[in-house]
Amino acid sequence: MKALHQLIESVKPHFEEGGKLSKFWVVFDSLETFSFTPGHVTKSGSHIRDGIDLKRTMFTVIVALIPALLFGTWNIGDQYYASIGQDAELLEKMFVGALKVIPLIIVSYGVGLGIEFYFAAKRGHGINEGFLVSGMLIPLVMPIDVPLWMVAVAVAFAVVIGKEVFGGTGMNIVNIALTSRAFLFFAYPKQMSGEIWIHDVASSKAAGLLVDGNTGATALGYLAGTVGKVIDTPATQTVMNMFADGGMFSIQNCIIGSIPGSLGETSVIAILVGAVILISTGIGSLRIMASFLAGGLLMGFLFNLIGMNAFMTLAPWHQVVIGGFMFGMVFMATDPVTAASTNTGKLIYGFLGGFLSIMIRVFNPAYPEGVMMAVLFMNVMAPMIDHYVLQANINRRQKRLQNI
Amino acid sequence: MSRKQRIKKGVDIRLSGRPADTVISAPSASVYAVKPPDFTGVTPKLNVRVGDIVEAGTCIFYDKKTPSVQFLSPVAGTVKDVVRGAKRRILAVEIQASDKNTHKDFGVLEVHTSDKNAILTRVLEGGMFPFFRQRPFDVVANPMDSPRSIHISGFDSSPLAASTSVALDGRVSDFQNGVDALAKLAGESGVHVGVQSNDSTLAGLRNCEITEFEGPHPSGNVGVQIHHTAPLSKGEVVWTIGYQDVANLGAMLASGHYVPTKVVAVGGSECAMPQHVKTLAGASISSIVNVPEKASNGDSVRVVSGSPLTGDQISKEDYIGSYHTAIALLAEGSEPKFLLTEGWLGMGLQRFSLNHSFPTWLMPKAKEWDLDTNMGGEERAFVVTGEYEKVFPMDIYPQHLIKSIIVNDIDSMEKLGIYEVAPEDFALCEYGCTSKIPVQQVVREGLDNLRNELG
Repeated sequence: MKALHQLIESVKPHFEEGGKLSKFWVVFDSLETFSFTPGHVTKSGSHIRDGIDLKRTMFTVIVALIPALLFGTWNIGDQYYASIGQDAELLEKMFVGALKVIPLIIVSYGVGLGIEFYFAAKRGHGINEGFLVSGMLIPLVMPIDVPLWMVAVAVAFAVVIGKEVFGGTGMNIVNIALTSRAFLFFAYPKQMSGEIWIHDVASSKAAGLLVDGNTGATALGYLAGTVGKVIDTPATQTVMNMFADGGMFSIQNCIIGSIPGSLGETSVIAILVGAVILISTGIGSLRIMASFLAGGLLMGFLFNLIGMNAFMTLAPWHQVVIGGFMFGMVFMATDPVTAASTNTGKLIYGFLGGFLSIMIRVFNPAYPEGVMMAVLFMNVMAPMIDHYVLQANINRRQKRLQNI
Repeated sequence: MSRKQRIKKGVDIRLSGRPADTVISAPSASVYAVKPPDFTGVTPKLNVRVGDIVEAGTCIFYDKKTPSVQFLSPVAGTVKDVVRGAKRRILAVEIQASDKNTHKDFGVLEVHTSDKNAILTRVLEGGMFPFFRQRPFDVVANPMDSPRSIHISGFDSSPLAASTSVALDGRVSDFQNGVDALAKLAGESGVHVGVQSNDSTLAGLRNCEITEFEGPHPSGNVGVQIHHTAPLSKGEVVWTIGYQDVANLGAMLASGHYVPTKVVAVGGSECAMPQHVKTLAGASISSIVNVPEKASNGDSVRVVSGSPLTGDQISKEDYIGSYHTAIALLAEGSEPKFLLTEGWLGMGLQRFSLNHSFPTWLMPKAKEWDLDTNMGGEERAFVVTGEYEKVFPMDIYPQHLIKSIIVNDIDSMEKLGIYEVAPEDFALCEYGCTSKIPVQQVVREGLDNLRNELG
């Protein structure tokens, strides 16, 4: 590794101030600090330091995302071949998936990091590693057939308006990945609904290849169609049968994840593997995840008691395994920058997030992706939750003052 | 009956080169120094000139704002030099020791029959007052204040620290005499001593309230002990003093001589013979320990006066810090580390981490660690939350307090409890900070700003 280090040192002068390539200092610096943890030593304060840094933290999150990414890639192929009624080998399915996933990842990182580098150079600081995770989360919350230019626009919007205008990594108010998703949802509502959840479903349909009964809709899409209708009509019965044992959206299928949906959100198992990684390393907050789940289950249970439409009668444990609930719980709500920052606050934040996720998706079928709305809403509310938690601490201290 | 208090949050970092429980007497150094910058909040006004002959106990300089606070020479000799830094700030006053040590005689003071004023006057002229620090602000105390209480931490829980039983061996009666004097200086809440739960050195103390502390570092920090015995509120002042200085205070009152004895724990991975060394305040590093030319990793050796978590980086020609009772020799870590082997993506078997993405938490607790001075990353904005809270055993929100200091929001700092804290209480937060924020420096600046603001 000495040789590599010498190489880096030898080209360094070109990038330093006055060098030919000094404009690209940020790029050089980020690559250098990526390959070698710098030899910076402490000056004062604690002379010894922990090895943990933001790079390792962010990388751990990416590792936690890999199961969901791999499963999602396979699932694209699986859903595609299922929709046209063909059998295919594992590799063929992965190949179809990779054709969709790799361009998504390239666009997401390319656009996002490009903007990050620009702002870092402008502001004269190093690259913050935050976008390493955002850039991976964005493809995972995208519908399969979303046009790449839309992804590019959404990433640019999220990074500039969602993050850089607030000062960059660590300063943003709402989650970057969800901002991009919400941007698409509101800016291109027509393109973001309907036949985008299975690869090529629109053209398969046009060519008459589509298997009978498959409309390419997600679980939430079907369920949203039942809202406002009487429970016992044949149409709602058909939908509810899809959620019964043996149906397309049976609890088993939903947990394994072989259902249509955004790239990374379908498999509960893959997401929970990621959750185990995040919780065991202490990088994801167990408090938020557990209370988020509790909130979702409670709302589902309350809806069961009301039971006004078919959607409400869905079992609470079924509610939390469809749509983006699990993905949002593990990877979105736990974003430390936008979540509540106090331990008590995290419990409240998570619980309300889960509760609202289920409430929004059932009450407003125009927004089937309740998780996105709920997490964004709670992001905005998190500082207020923290404010009250801190205020309680402050009051304790002031009470002590009065007692003397 | 002593109270028991268990501290749950915190961590003991077991560094290699822990000082053995043996004490040797250091050979007398040829040069000693008193370093004004050690005494936060003091503006030094020199009382001697280069070439002056001094006794042990002669006033070298005093505080311009409170002239009764005097800083005395630890030995007899000649003023060798006044070392100045930028803007002619005095960094050190060096004393060349003479062969024969003579002491200025302040006279014996019987503590039990003396009143508060007599004791305070003697403490001031006897040079022991600078060892009192006050909360809030963690600065040298003001003799005009009437402290609500005086707090002594009877042990140091930081890595490579001196052991109380070794440092106070044979000095418990001096310590008791010091406590008796403090009891007269303290206000209605008296003197509080925090002792380590498994150490009986200070068990039989009278005239004070004893609290047994159990748990990891920072349980030995006096700020943590104050928080758990009699928390400080806005408007109150308490004094703190190191346990060795209490013994010196007792001895000074009994003998009439200023003898600032220090038992220094010398340790660290680069120290050939980790042990306790008995010397005087202001002794030169070279008289206390042999600093090797090169560290075991081929890098240079860092000399830390004080604990590796809170001390000052000094050169090997320098002198031990006035409040310090430890010297650590650590290896520098200025070699870049390749990402996969020892860098940010490595297994990290050789890194002691508070984060579970490193295997530290799976390794035996007794393992001793060789840690160098590498930062382990670059400074970043705050991203991670909840990590400071794990090592901060006070009912205070550390990260929120730090943020309020960074933006200089005085109202929030006060509300979030800045009066109770000192930089050292945040040492572990700084150690484990993912974003590498210089937390202790931030706290120090916050306290200084607040102090200036309040006049």
